[in-house]
Amino acid sequence: MSGFPSCPLPLEEYPTITMAHGGGGAIMRRLIERMFFAAFDRGELAGGPDAAVLALAGGELALTTDAFVVSPRFFPGGDIGSLSVHGTVNDLAMVGAEPIALAVAFVLEEGLPTQELWSIVSSMAAAAEECGVRIVTGDTKVVERGHGDGVFVATTGVGRVVSRWPVHPERIRPGDVVLVSGDVGRHGMAVLVARGNLGIASDLESDSAAVHPAALALLREGIEVRAMRDPTRGGLASALNELAAAARVGFEIRETDVPVDPRTAAIAELAGLDPLYSACEGRFLAVVPQEQSERALAVLRQHPVSAGAALIGTATADAPRVVVRTAFGTRRLLPLLSGEQLPRIC
Amino acid sequence: MIDLAGLRDPDRVRSLAAEIGRVATRPWTLMEVCGGQTHAIARYGLEELLPEGLELVHGPGCPVCVTPAGTIDVAARISRLPGVCLATFGDMVRVPGSEGDLFQARAAGGDVRVVASPLDAVAMARQDRSTTFVFLGVGFETTAPAVALAVLQAEALGLKNFAVLAALVRVPPALEAILEGPGNRVRAFLAAGHVCTVMGTAEYAPLVARHRVPIVATGFEPTEILAGVLAAVRQLEAGEARVENAYTRAVAERGNGHAREAVRRVFEVGDRQWRGIGRVPGGGLRLRPEYAPFDAERRFALSIGHGEDAGECIAGLILRGVRKPPECPAFGTRCTPERPLGAPMVSTEGACAAYHRYRRTGS
Repeated sequence: MSGFPSCPLPLEEYPTITMAHGGGGAIMRRLIERMFFAAFDRGELAGGPDAAVLALAGGELALTTDAFVVSPRFFPGGDIGSLSVHGTVNDLAMVGAEPIALAVAFVLEEGLPTQELWSIVSSMAAAAEECGVRIVTGDTKVVERGHGDGVFVATTGVGRVVSRWPVHPERIRPGDVVLVSGDVGRHGMAVLVARGNLGIASDLESDSAAVHPAALALLREGIEVRAMRDPTRGGLASALNELAAAARVGFEIRETDVPVDPRTAAIAELAGLDPLYSACEGRFLAVVPQEQSERALAVLRQHPVSAGAALIGTATADAPRVVVRTAFGTRRLLPLLSGEQLPRIC
Repeated sequence: MIDLAGLRDPDRVRSLAAEIGRVATRPWTLMEVCGGQTHAIARYGLEELLPEGLELVHGPGCPVCVTPAGTIDVAARISRLPGVCLATFGDMVRVPGSEGDLFQARAAGGDVRVVASPLDAVAMARQDRSTTFVFLGVGFETTAPAVALAVLQAEALGLKNFAVLAALVRVPPALEAILEGPGNRVRAFLAAGHVCTVMGTAEYAPLVARHRVPIVATGFEPTEILAGVLAAVRQLEAGEARVENAYTRAVAERGNGHAREAVRRVFEVGDRQWRGIGRVPGGGLRLRPEYAPFDAERRFALSIGHGEDAGECIAGLILRGVRKPPECPAFGTRCTPERPLGAPMVSTEGACAAYHRYRRTGS
């Protein structure tokens, strides 16, 4: 490997990749910024939006990609197939783009039941149909037994930017308000229960869904959306921290205004986890000018996927961090965690 | 069904805080023993609601924090033995030993699996007889019954491929060590509610008699913590020192008889090294000789050293309530959850992690 510059990450700290490097927290952030950005960034990656916007003659194109490794592959409210379509369509929507086409890559493990693959593929087809997006190209690889976890799916999406202004965190100003499109943390807790090792049963379903009808409706209705983000891994808290860092603003969130399904809250409580850090797969955050907040909420509430939308807080001139105002009027920090949340001991 | 909304009711929280403000006429230092309480106090910003001069310091009740680095090192070594799987609770995997954490042991080829209960490890051993499953049993009296049950279950099933690396600790001797330690400021304890659920409150009576400190069994929700503070302050202001139960929804004076019996059958009291505090006489539980086949320490003939902690870390002072996390020069700079110098910065129940996570608001 001679001839390459030395690794920009301090190797003595993490000589090998650990699970925390994929956990959605500060350790993953550092891997992305110090290694991937250092190697690849020529201006499009900075600020870390969910999709890149490329200017072409006659308009702008959005491009994004995402890999899916969820366990279990089938969970209440979805499966790895539908998730791989929703996730990529949602990333396009977060920069104000309408999905045009998806490419899909499958890494299959020797021994995977063919019927199971068909279920996943059928679910992808149905999700794509519902989203109005076509799956136009792909690739298939098979690895030896023990070298994969059944199925890994990667989807890449292109979309047409419909927003007339850049939907980018840099446009956020103090005083803008934060809307969330529905209750948070549901996907993470539904998958946790589906893994079966907590020994609890629940009828809670993942929120996995395509949010582009609602996100694009905001733009079409003339709401000057500053930035949007889907709070996937790391949940609402991590998404807000990423927005704060990219926009160089603070956020103050009112805890009592953040919608959390009582079942999500109960499962999180049992597992010792915070629902604000639990993944959503069918929700998004929209930062909009304060004077348009009522109208924006009204637009969101017209769409089934965002019927539970709520105004949860405000951008401030504070340092780039997220502060929560509790039900008791006290304040606490909502920081980026280092890695994934881990269930506690007692 | 537990009424969480009621236990977090803002009006009740405010009225309890106001009552504490009325009762407290002098400055007092109280220690909440359990990391779960520390976490809740920081998460809800409860200190902001207390009168000036009434100080809460954070105790050693974080099982992860008091587990010596040497135990982690041994666990990491076990995970790398051929045909052996090391199973443990989620928040143990990121605690630094002197040779890295268990995440790194796994990335380096060790077999480390996260389980939600010791019984899961027994189930795994039952399914896969070709692998020996070693459960790293870290915890207080709260966790000890589950570890004891796992050993009893493995014995009943005749499993030869299950063992426990016991790092279980007992709270009362640690409180004694804190009271007798240099620089002690603690005038009353909010005892760890979950530990009292198992052990009851009776075992605190000798401690109260010897040291004249109020000890109040306290829960984990905002109203419960403030009720515990109020009870402790009332005793201090009246010059009293009693064992009191402010967590009656979960704690009976004699504790949980079945759980205590399971622990008594499998474990005996022994001295134990606590990270940050040192050797605590009677401070831990070890497997009784008749359960030696399930004792990983004997089975693999591994000796547990103390391990090395980073020189700058003041975990010992933090865990004894002598200093608070922001008073450490490394806090938030050279010591962060991503690059912890000591265990209290790693575990969600550690005092440094709680401060780092919730309390740097600058207000």
